[in-house]
Amino acid sequence: MKLVEHFQRGLDAPICLTWELTYACNLSCVHCLSSSGRRDPRELSTAECKAVIDELQRLQVFYVNIGGGEPTVRPDFWELVSYAVDHQVGVKFSTNGVRITPERARWLASTDYVDVQLSLDGATAEVNDHVRGPGSFDTVIGAMENLREAGFRDFKISVVLTRQNVGQLDDFKRIADHYGAQLRITRLRPSGRGADVWDELHPTAEQQLTLYEWLLDKGENVLTGDSFFHLNALGSTPLPGLNLCGAGRVVCLIDPVGDVYACPFAIHDEFLAGNVRDTGGFTSVWRESDLFERLRTPQTGGSCTSCSAYDSCQGGCMAAKFFTGLPLDGPDPECVKGNGERALAAVGAGTEKPRPDKDHSRTVAPRKRPVAVGIGWGPPEPERIPDRACDTSPLAGFQP
Amino acid sequence: MSTDAAFDADRPYRLSPNIALRPEPFGALAYDFTTRKLSFLKTRTLVEVVRALEKQPDARSALVSADVPDGERERYLDALAGLLSAGTIEAR
Repeated sequence: MKLVEHFQRGLDAPICLTWELTYACNLSCVHCLSSSGRRDPRELSTAECKAVIDELQRLQVFYVNIGGGEPTVRPDFWELVSYAVDHQVGVKFSTNGVRITPERARWLASTDYVDVQLSLDGATAEVNDHVRGPGSFDTVIGAMENLREAGFRDFKISVVLTRQNVGQLDDFKRIADHYGAQLRITRLRPSGRGADVWDELHPTAEQQLTLYEWLLDKGENVLTGDSFFHLNALGSTPLPGLNLCGAGRVVCLIDPVGDVYACPFAIHDEFLAGNVRDTGGFTSVWRESDLFERLRTPQTGGSCTSCSAYDSCQGGCMAAKFFTGLPLDGPDPECVKGNGERALAAVGAGTEKPRPDKDHSRTVAPRKRPVAVGIGWGPPEPERIPDRACDTSPLAGFQP
Repeated sequence: MSTDAAFDADRPYRLSPNIALRPEPFGALAYDFTTRKLSFLKTRTLVEVVRALEKQPDARSALVSADVPDGERERYLDALAGLLSAGTIEAR
């Protein structure tokens, strides 16, 4: 049996495990795949997180990708990172850079088995901040400066490819080279809040071709999380990496409350396998859950079976299909043969598509709804003096 | 990593100290904690050979102790040469 067939049948433990430590985030990116914003009161405690790390060590999961939310805002974040690397579980964590101070950058540079991945979705503040929020470009560039200054080599700069930034691929590469970092580009998924912006932001068919050619031409040292395998149908040269959907087979997600999902892009009850707090812990969920066992049985290509490109694209991304309302055994919504667009048109005519069902967005997204009324601290400025004493009506002094 | 010297079946080797092996049905995952690179030992016999290296006076003896059939020895020696250049095993 070929290696890839072993992968399709599932391994004894995941190769690539994403662990989101908190739903809390200082930003509210429009495409956030976990709809993060507010902390969930049920999030795993420090002790519970350490128990999960102990289990990962026993399973020989050699490294985890920690994310969120913004994981570094957890007060015990650095303690958990240290605990993991002390237990042979290497860490790569994703951050928007908000806590990467010069001092923290020096600590990171001196710690083995820790890698940092900074999120950047535009090579200019204009493009980046449109998606990630005002000020986020300056924050992440500041973090890169601090890491470079501290001598941290080869940290990752991770870009979600959108219609607005495909044209900046060379600029991203230049930024990565400038900071001695490695560029990572991944696919925009219609997951979480991404479902709301996918139509507007996902690359056009023409841009997908540009991307594929760029990856073949200049992508040698560019990481992709193997997320573009649906593009393999564009040519005879396959992109490097694992050409299959690893969900529940070699990949999974542990969310902040301990729920285990088939992959980081599939936070929905449909793909929920269990919880690390269940009897038997993560190990039982991975090895025995009904969902994962089902995913490890041979999958049919459905309407794609007869397509000449099926062997190279494998039907694409399960989560992208699900959240755009397409059948899981049908074409990917971004199928390079155009079958996705045709299928989407059929969906638009009829059934309602599934909605992401785990929302931790802040109820008032700062960038969408600016606070119209200032809340003053200290003595009121002359024009803010209330109309009457003890009557600080929110509308007092408001000039429309 | 002593990757300069070419592989020699009559010399002693061992699993590199920065590599951890995780058994799997097909063989094993090999993870390099230094480079963070993951690679695969694609048969269980190869895993046995790699584990035997440390206890055997030379690579050839490791093949014998792992019961590699005569007809496959060249293939396994090639595999070991590849693992040496990848840094998975090292001379001792």
